Amino acid sequence: MGSVLRLWKLCYVEPVKFQSFGSNKNAEKRQQQQQEERSVSEVESVVQKNGRDDDDDRKKKKNRGKRKSREWRCVDSCCWVIGCLCSVWWLLLFLYHWLPVALPGFQPLESPGARLSREGVRALHPVVLVPGISTGGLELWEGKPCSEGLFRKRLWGGSFTEILRRPLCWLEHLSLDNETGLDPPGIRVRAVPGLVAADYFAPGYFVWAVLIQNLAKIGYEEKNLHMAAYDWRLSFQNTEIRDQALSRLKSTIELMYLTNGCKKVVVVPHSMGVLYFLHFLKWVEGPPPTGGNGGPGWCAKHIKAIMNIGPPFLGVPKAVSNLLSSEGKDVAIIRAMDPGVLDSEILGLQTLEHAMRVARTWDSIISLIPKGGETIWGDLDWSPEEGHGCGLAKRRTLQSSGTNMNSNRADGKITFSVMKEPAKYGRIISFGKEASYLPSLQLPSVDLKELLLGSPSTISNSTCREVWTEYDELSRESIRDVADNKVYTSRTLLDLLRFVAPKMMQRAESHFSHGIADNLDDPKYDHYKYWSNPLEMRLPDAPDMEIYCLYGVGIPTERSYVYKMAPTGKCKSIPFRIDSTAEGYEDSCLKGGVYFVDGDESVPVLSSGFMCARGWRGKTRFNPSGATAYVREYQHRPPASLLEGRGAASGAHVDIMGNVAFIEDVLRVAAGATGEEIGGDRIHSDIMRMLERINIRL
Amino acid sequence: MPFLRRRRASEYTKASDSADNGGGDEKEREVKSRRKRGQGGSERPRRWSCVDSCCWLVGCVCSIWWLLLFLFNAMPASFPQYVTEAITGPLPDPPGVKLRKEGLTARHPVVFVPGIVTGGLELWEGHQCAEGLFRKRLWGGTFGELYKRPLCWVEHMSLDNETGLDPPGIRVRPVSGLVAADYFAPGYFVWAVLIANLARIGYEEKNMYMAAYDWRLSFQNTEVRDQTLSRMKSNIELMVATSGGNKVVVIPHSMGVLYFLHFMKWVEAPAPMGGGGGSDWCAKHIKAVMNIGGPFLGVPKAVSGLFSVEARDIAVARAFAPGVLEKDVFKFQTLQHMMRMTRTWDSTMSMIPKGGDTIWGGVDWSPEGVFNCSTKRSKNVDITISELSAVRELENRAGVNYGRLISFGKDVAKIHSSKIERTDFRGAVKGTYLSNTSNCDVWTEYHDMGVGGVKAVADYKVYTASSILDLLNFVAPKLMKRGSAHFSYGIADNLDDPKYQHYRYWSNPLETKLPDAPDMEIYSLYGVGIPTERAYVYKLTSTSECYIPFQIDTSADGGSEDSCLKDGVYSADGDETVPVLSAGYMCAKGWRGRTRFNPSGINTYIREYDHAPPANLLEGRGTQSGAHVDIMGNFALIEDIIRVAAGATGQDLGGDRVHSDIFRWSEKIRLQL
Repeated sequence: MGSVLRLWKLCYVEPVKFQSFGSNKNAEKRQQQQQEERSVSEVESVVQKNGRDDDDDRKKKKNRGKRKSREWRCVDSCCWVIGCLCSVWWLLLFLYHWLPVALPGFQPLESPGARLSREGVRALHPVVLVPGISTGGLELWEGKPCSEGLFRKRLWGGSFTEILRRPLCWLEHLSLDNETGLDPPGIRVRAVPGLVAADYFAPGYFVWAVLIQNLAKIGYEEKNLHMAAYDWRLSFQNTEIRDQALSRLKSTIELMYLTNGCKKVVVVPHSMGVLYFLHFLKWVEGPPPTGGNGGPGWCAKHIKAIMNIGPPFLGVPKAVSNLLSSEGKDVAIIRAMDPGVLDSEILGLQTLEHAMRVARTWDSIISLIPKGGETIWGDLDWSPEEGHGCGLAKRRTLQSSGTNMNSNRADGKITFSVMKEPAKYGRIISFGKEASYLPSLQLPSVDLKELLLGSPSTISNSTCREVWTEYDELSRESIRDVADNKVYTSRTLLDLLRFVAPKMMQRAESHFSHGIADNLDDPKYDHYKYWSNPLEMRLPDAPDMEIYCLYGVGIPTERSYVYKMAPTGKCKSIPFRIDSTAEGYEDSCLKGGVYFVDGDESVPVLSSGFMCARGWRGKTRFNPSGATAYVREYQHRPPASLLEGRGAASGAHVDIMGNVAFIEDVLRVAAGATGEEIGGDRIHSDIMRMLERINIRL
Repeated sequence: MPFLRRRRASEYTKASDSADNGGGDEKEREVKSRRKRGQGGSERPRRWSCVDSCCWLVGCVCSIWWLLLFLFNAMPASFPQYVTEAITGPLPDPPGVKLRKEGLTARHPVVFVPGIVTGGLELWEGHQCAEGLFRKRLWGGTFGELYKRPLCWVEHMSLDNETGLDPPGIRVRPVSGLVAADYFAPGYFVWAVLIANLARIGYEEKNMYMAAYDWRLSFQNTEVRDQTLSRMKSNIELMVATSGGNKVVVIPHSMGVLYFLHFMKWVEAPAPMGGGGGSDWCAKHIKAVMNIGGPFLGVPKAVSGLFSVEARDIAVARAFAPGVLEKDVFKFQTLQHMMRMTRTWDSTMSMIPKGGDTIWGGVDWSPEGVFNCSTKRSKNVDITISELSAVRELENRAGVNYGRLISFGKDVAKIHSSKIERTDFRGAVKGTYLSNTSNCDVWTEYHDMGVGGVKAVADYKVYTASSILDLLNFVAPKLMKRGSAHFSYGIADNLDDPKYQHYRYWSNPLETKLPDAPDMEIYSLYGVGIPTERAYVYKLTSTSECYIPFQIDTSADGGSEDSCLKDGVYSADGDETVPVLSAGYMCAKGWRGRTRFNPSGINTYIREYDHAPPANLLEGRGTQSGAHVDIMGNFALIEDIIRVAAGATGQDLGGDRVHSDIFRWSEKIRLQL
């Protein structure tokens, strides 16, 4: 009751007071009011004086202010502040909503779609988008009791609120079965279908949305624009076995081909979608039961062009660090900034261990392990990128991030400085900084094969470990042996992974292969495990098909790592971690324990460019029909201002999907242009020089 | 005495604020403040201004709101169910859970065909005013844009008046996938409950397919513009192939029923006009068609919708607040805008009553005859009493002439036809002489009619299902010209006539043969027990030229409480939208056994669900509802569907399940079969 009274007074008594605050203009009105209520004459005189005398008023205000602070309680002021903020917020929101849609005088940048539409570019070929790893949404169809109420809600993508609300439940549902690589019993998590699957990854963070919008400007709509969403956690063949995703894609492409006047489709895969679509190319022409029974002419008949965006054709080194210690550059930096955060058990969770356990059930990651071994990625003493200077790229990022420490050196002096310690990129993992640049003769050589043979003696007293990773099965000694070997190249890396994660590799190696074929006619290459490795498959017989490699350059990209042993905590089961203290000289490519090369932040140029620039250029054994390949590089330029968002000229792995030049290329090809018409190759990096160093039979 | 009051107020506030701190403190402060005021009146504590208290109030409310929101979010997910169970006792298992316990698993792929209005539409290309709405829903969802820019919205939702396709520069397309029609608006489920229950027995996106189409277009135009039919064909073929040869179960709802009838003819027809699937496509790919609330023979509501953009809801709104809709609310002529927009939607014409007087009744007869509207209300009363009352009713209301779909004036609706003076309207002269259309923003075809035309229409007094068509041709010639190219409403004399190969006949069950698929099953699932619009009493509006000249006469009420006439609308049994006659006739008689409409003898089943309103608020829209859309949450219906999808046949379900008089009524219809 008391509170009601108080409210009453707040609403009805206070306004009277407020009026007495008023300026001289209201004096008359006020007087009238006061006449009605003229009983306390003393007070009245005060009020009138108050109205007349401004000087006095100011003094009073000061007093009042003092007093207020004394008499208002903390809760009141809190409420007041919140109320103020809310009101202002609502007001702004309201104004924002009533804002005319196009402000007069404010001319936003014309989108490439609108410009090309004016030029008369019209939708011609149907377009198929193939999303990459982790950008597609996943939703729940059946779950354990803890996931009550999440039916058909997104577990992956969207706002990720469920991680915060029920993290363990979330992890459990996103994991796959450790044996089969398929659903665990009682859980069905499926890919979100349709364009919504990957237009935005999280609210406001576009993936395909900008491209879709521009395609729509020249006349695309859902009937000639298809998002081939698939469950990116599964191995590629398993998406067909479980969801018939490949059959679905085939049927959709055939339908679009027919309903759009027999126009071939333009496929736009991104990131891991590139490998997925390579797999599809082989699958669709293969005979059943493992193939799609499309016959040898299927690709020639249905596909005009494949525009690979940021293609990790030959894998990415990031995948290795991810599998080995579930870290990337980002995690390593967090650790460097705030040591202990990740290692202490935040909220009682072993964050990294959980992440590792979940990620290791995802077969698809294995498809991203560097392929081609030492021939491509370099060995102990040699690497194709040799002599690459990081000064340029690094300075640019420093500028962009605003922490411009060496501003005196940034005055446009672009130098490829000769390195004092040439980075040996071939050593993808080295234990200790020295091991990463010592000549190979000085390295101890322990043969990992022996380790593999000697069965690891299990000493896991896994009493405290709620999170089980395969590291628990390794003894301390064998872990030390691993570290003693010092240096791993992309070939020995596979042995290392087989050693530390035998189950995962056993599962995954029946789905993926990472070698180079000697003889492509060998019937063993008909098996689906080779289909996503461009070095162990032939392109289909489709001479008119065009293959593009579109990727950003000019961003430092992870290429190799310096590791160290982790302190042996009781419940810490990941024994290795990136040595984030390992720093090179100022211009060096080593930073925070990671060696960088040119790339698009995720995929090194080598991996994205090799196939189009060399492996498939002309008639080679990987490309027997001579499908034309083009390389289109987009030099990274960070957004000039905050208004630009993620930049119209970005070259970063995902942000490139908003790059204007890139969008224009895709639109022109979709509208019928050939690679020659859009200008053939467009190269900024020294990819050609790098590739010459690679000695591979074509 | 303002100041005194004011001061007390502040004191009170303070007092209650610091009540827990102890009163002594307060007294001391009061003394202090008095002294201060004595020292100089100027130092009077004026602490709270109005703005301050407003802010304080808003802050309080917000904080509490956030706190509650936080608590709600932190609440275990099973809490609402727990509360519900505490109040109403243990809930029955949802049908999906129950049947899963029985061991049913997903077998046949399922295709949903949504009805009119329930599917979402999104913008792909628009005019300047629709900036920023790219791929946002214009229809379905929150309808936020309807309020923010109503005229823009109407412009984008309309189709071209000549072609019935997109107006230039505008592309509005159906949302695809299950999201197209799982919820119509947030919280208002359409297919969501059924989907959730199917998922329980193992369905997922790969064996469920929502055949979303643009429900504004005529059926053939969805193929012409979007290739929707081809898409559906290809998807069904794919699903059959990937699920090991199991045929699909198709579940159309409302207008989707007609759409799927059209599809079945289209898919087997030869290539340029049809899908070229061959004459056994349906037999090879379809196990069952489970029509939910199918308006096979049309709905009277469509007539009133086209005629005067009203339905019972609007008529009732008008009765409550006369003038609101007529006045230029917000400067809009709401109904006129609605009329102009809906008249560009060809699909509404697919639901004009079909079969003419033979089905819907003539001037003096109707298949429902003396349907007793009170039976539903006195369902629980002892049988003898209800029988007695039925007899009395029969005497009372010897003449509910449902056949007269539209009558002008209540009296005309009742008296025998011989007493009605009618003048034919067909030759009446239309004149534009009185309608000064320049005054009106919104152009509807009524402006072309002039006073003479309007009067002629009213003078004809009574319209039956067949003369309705003439009426519509008279009042909306453009619309009907467009529509008659796509739809037909007659009864075929000779189905072998080659003219019936044209697509305009494909969605009329009385002018098509079912496909040659003897193993296919056709179900008609619909709710009964809700009064459903069947015929209307109209009146002329006061002659104001910008308005629609006809409206439902809401003052026309039957005498007794039990009367079928209420607010100008005669109701019959049905599911609130579709009368039983329309939903049930084809399966009860037209297709039963081997008839000329069903030459291969496809089995048909009728499953009626008696409407029971939700017992309490917690039940939401009810688990035993029979209403047109709410029936999708009816547990019995869901159970039937799941059983069929898991492989059961109609006989396994128990064959027919009938509550209404559909079989008796069907007997009265004299149709050559």
